[in-house]
Amino acid sequence: MAEEMRIVLRNYGKIDPLNIDEYIAAGGYGALNKARGMSPMDLIGEVKASNLRGRGGAGFNCGMKWNFACQAPADQKYVICNADEGEPGTYKDRLIMEGDPQSLLEGMAICAYAIGATQGYIYCRGEYPSVVKTLNAAIAQAKEKGVLGDFSIEVRMGAGAYVCGEETALIESIEGKRGEPRIKPPFPPVIGLWYKPTIVNNVETFANIPAIVEKGAAWYAGIGTPTYPGTKIVTLTGDVVNKTFFEVTTDTTIQEVIFGFGGGISGGKAFKAVQIGGTSGAFIPAAHLDTPIGFDAMSSIGASLGSGAVFVLDESRDIVDVTARIARFFAHESCGKCAPCREGTMRMHDLMDKINAGQGQTADIALLNKLGRVMSYSCLCGLGQAAPAPVLTAIEHFSADYDAKLA
Amino acid sequence: MNYQEILAQYADKPGGMIEAFHAIQEKLNYLPQEVIIEAARVFDKPVAQAFGVATFYSMFSTQPRGKYVIRICESAPCHVAGAAEVVAALEQELGISMGESTADGLFTLEFTECVGQCQATPVITINGAPYLDVTPARVAGIIMACK
Ligand SMILES: Cc1cc2nc3c(=O)[nH]c(=O)nc-3n(C[C@H](O)[C@H](O)[C@H](O)COP(=O)(O)O)c2cc1C
Ligand code: SF4
Ligand code: FES
Repeated sequence: MAEEMRIVLRNYGKIDPLNIDEYIAAGGYGALNKARGMSPMDLIGEVKASNLRGRGGAGFNCGMKWNFACQAPADQKYVICNADEGEPGTYKDRLIMEGDPQSLLEGMAICAYAIGATQGYIYCRGEYPSVVKTLNAAIAQAKEKGVLGDFSIEVRMGAGAYVCGEETALIESIEGKRGEPRIKPPFPPVIGLWYKPTIVNNVETFANIPAIVEKGAAWYAGIGTPTYPGTKIVTLTGDVVNKTFFEVTTDTTIQEVIFGFGGGISGGKAFKAVQIGGTSGAFIPAAHLDTPIGFDAMSSIGASLGSGAVFVLDESRDIVDVTARIARFFAHESCGKCAPCREGTMRMHDLMDKINAGQGQTADIALLNKLGRVMSYSCLCGLGQAAPAPVLTAIEHFSADYDAKLA
Repeated sequence: MNYQEILAQYADKPGGMIEAFHAIQEKLNYLPQEVIIEAARVFDKPVAQAFGVATFYSMFSTQPRGKYVIRICESAPCHVAGAAEVVAALEQELGISMGESTADGLFTLEFTECVGQCQATPVITINGAPYLDVTPARVAGIIMACK
């Protein structure tokens, strides 16, 4: 079986997260010093060449994004770490922040130097009050040591809204408003927090940065799958023997994740389906288990890597019931700003409940398909665009489960 | 500290209304109407906007809640792990339905989506602290320990 490779979790469980000296003794803040010896353009070029792509779900080239913010003229720029982690089944960012908070701060400080920012924010979900304490303690230690230079970091707490993980909704929330997404473009690297150029990156993305700066772009680009190099933390939930987390290279297949690292299906049952990337991910049948967990490989089978959550269902599970629950999630989390999502998620939930209660008709399934397609291209933000994915893929791959429940 | 003093502490923080609401809820467990109106004044925003913020986020409540707010995760991984049975056990133990508070003002039951402790489903939180691998059999003991 393939082995774990720990880059973002390199210090996890090995150092005391609340003692910056242990981080420094493990080589911490060496990368920031090295970065400060480079010109911002060279630094950005290095990050770009590593081909590190965002670990928050959209998979955008990190160095390219930094370059936009670097080029944008402004008197103030901001670095924001997206620690909202609301995707059900996901807790990878919590692991990083609990186990090695300084690596996140160092990654943010390197970004700040690259784009010319002096103020940073970590937007941490309100469900993680103890992580907020850890982060504040880590920031206080970094300040006392003087390692961050003129870069300040403040932690802001979310308050239980999944949509605030969307970068522009997150920015609205830091500004103290309802977390409703903005219309894009303009994108945050041009117009972001308080209308200033702003980089928003995921926790796992930032935690990769010190290792890339230290060991070089070529080293990183050579790990895993070439179009989405590096590692990914996967969190396993559902009917799997090892309900735990692993950091694996991105050429690892779904099969290896579930049956190798995950130890297979629990209770001696057979595999039925896996949903990857959290609740907005597609349901994947056994036929696609040999797909690597890289971003593009997942897209090629109509799925998405998303946050790296891996939710496994065994043969005994009722996929219609699970999908109905997921439909409720989106109806509840829709922010209501745009009609296709506000109305669509509600109708989708109604239809799924009706089918799940044994009262559905064949026409309801056709209606779900049509509604889902319309939502995927007409909703304003990724929440509404992705909401139909579990419903549509469950119908596509597990139509027998639906047929069995029709009236 | 009264709520005016708490709000005043955040007045100079850009976009600080949400942080201020967290601090108020830490004390009062909910956001009374007069607090929201005062927040609008302190942060120089329309009252409608302050209510908009207070009602947008699921962790904020504009209704009084119990001293212990128990939230049950019903996201898919907790759902398949048996969250519904935990809900039933909590409702039975406390004699209230989801969304209600006990008459003695001690407990409130709420649903939540994933709280990021999915390695040990099903999960509940009590005033933000997670309880992992909860079973119906453990519910009475957990409630007892609060009292
Ligand atoms: C509904 C929705 C929720 C999201 N939630 C998160 C989240 O919890 N964490 C995150 O990093 N990105 C989340 N994203 C993606 C962000 O909008 C953004 O792409 C990301 O923070 C960029 O960072 P990255 O390039 O490092 O991935 C979400 C997007 C959408 C549409
Ligand atoms: S798609 Fe949904 S969540 Fe996104 S802006 Fe529209 S209503 Fe809000
Ligand atoms: S799914 Fe319940 S805690 Fe994550």
